[in-house]
Amino acid sequence: MAKMEIDDRFSRFGTVGFTATSRVNDFMGYLDEGRVMGTCCKTCKLDFFPPRADCSGCLGNDLSWFDAGEKTGSLLTFSKMKYGPKGFEDDLPYTIAVVDFGSFKMFGRMSRDLEDEDIRIGMTLRVRANPLEGGRINYVFHRAEPARDGADINA
Amino acid sequence: MGKVGIIGVGQSNFVRTYPGSLKELAFEGYREAVLDAGITTDQIGASVICSAPEYDKQRSPAGVVAEYLGLNPQPTFYVESLCSSSSMGVRLAYSLVKSGLHDCVAVVGIQKMSEISSAESQERMGRGTDIQWESPFGTMMPAYYALFAQAHMDKYGTTPEDLSLIRLKSSTYGPLNEKAVFRKALDLETLTSPDSKMTNPIASPLRVGDCCANADGSSCVIVASEKMATSFSKKPVWIMGVGAATNSVNLSGRELFTGLPAAKEAARQAYDMAGVTPKHIDVAEVHDCFTIAEMMAYENLGFAEPGGGRELIRGKETYLEGSIPVNVDGGLLSKGHPIGATGGSQIRTIVQQLRNEAGKIQVKDAAIGLIHNIGGVGLYGNVTILGR
Ligand SMILES: [Zn+2]
Repeated sequence: MAKMEIDDRFSRFGTVGFTATSRVNDFMGYLDEGRVMGTCCKTCKLDFFPPRADCSGCLGNDLSWFDAGEKTGSLLTFSKMKYGPKGFEDDLPYTIAVVDFGSFKMFGRMSRDLEDEDIRIGMTLRVRANPLEGGRINYVFHRAEPARDGADINA
Repeated sequence: MGKVGIIGVGQSNFVRTYPGSLKELAFEGYREAVLDAGITTDQIGASVICSAPEYDKQRSPAGVVAEYLGLNPQPTFYVESLCSSSSMGVRLAYSLVKSGLHDCVAVVGIQKMSEISSAESQERMGRGTDIQWESPFGTMMPAYYALFAQAHMDKYGTTPEDLSLIRLKSSTYGPLNEKAVFRKALDLETLTSPDSKMTNPIASPLRVGDCCANADGSSCVIVASEKMATSFSKKPVWIMGVGAATNSVNLSGRELFTGLPAAKEAARQAYDMAGVTPKHIDVAEVHDCFTIAEMMAYENLGFAEPGGGRELIRGKETYLEGSIPVNVDGGLLSKGHPIGATGGSQIRTIVQQLRNEAGKIQVKDAAIGLIHNIGGVGLYGNVTILGR
């Protein structure tokens, strides 16, 4: 018997997920390949992160994917959490952050590789896919040196 | 159409755990407001019930509460905008009365946060924001306000001690408020000493002392037409301005991390509608769910320039004797914060001030008062201006 396939890839996003289906589920396919992607409205030339399936500006849905990981951004603000909601006990403590990439901003977590004393508002960061236990995945911010001669010296 | 007035206000005690049901809790604030207004139940044309439904076991609480209040067969409306639900309810009541559809509307705010277990509450807390893109990172309300505190400190040099001064003010007035959940006086040493429980970190840079407590509580505001208000009330208080705005839930959609645009926009609307400026405000109630929230409110409401909030609290300008008394009933930090009931409680305080019935916390000659009530982390902003 034929069963309708449900694309519920989004349910693997983050430590605990609350969303299974989304019309931007391809975000998860890209994330599994190590790429953090946003969408861009081809009509309005507007970048969206988080990615959107629809543009509220022109009401169109002709959007293309772009790689947010290619950009460096500046740390706008952060907070180290000592308490978390249910399901995040094993992650604590962790640091959430908002990063400005120019044409879009991104909410996420700081990489555990960064020491507390190294985290400063204004520091340059880059986003990377971050596989978690149990086949889950999210993204985190890493320190990035500003590119020299267009080259990325942060390996 | 004439003016719209407030003829009755009431609230329950705000407590950790209310020993009764949701509708019984609602009745406590309602009874006080109806007695305050001196009207009978059949004179109320409609009810507006306000709460945040994630804490309610009861499905569709409006009808159930309206019945218990004796408000059948009048229509009832359910309004939800998180922590600003009852200010939004008063906005709805204003429009219902202004349109002539009803002469008198009871706005009932309720929250029985103890209705669900702390485990259930912990689970829900993670879902107060963008569940697709933010909640999977493990977010909670204090951490969001902490992001704003961090940015405010970085940009303006605000310090943790400045935030402690806001809690110190709250605890100056909390002990005077017999309906507050937290009535202990705190000194600056207790609020700032590294050995004190009050400085335990919650989400950097916010500490225990920067956060308000959950509570069970109810409030009620009775809104009436000018004709009814002048015939029933000895001292009607008039709704001069109602402002309301929304903003991006996901912080990636925000332009500002040192203030709340929804609060600024709601304030602009309310000032315009009332025809007044921040200088005309004699007394204010602001949404101090966290100390930083009060600091940002000073700036978003125009009581201080951006970054100037700390000078206001350092100079004690927001104390009872200061140039713009703020939260002299103890605010959310002392009263507790029963989500759906909070706005109505703030309005009650301002109405009492404008009637010169505020007792020990009376601001001399208060003629115009302002209420700033925020839902989520500035997802919803409501500013209401009242005058006598
Ligand atoms: Zn578009």
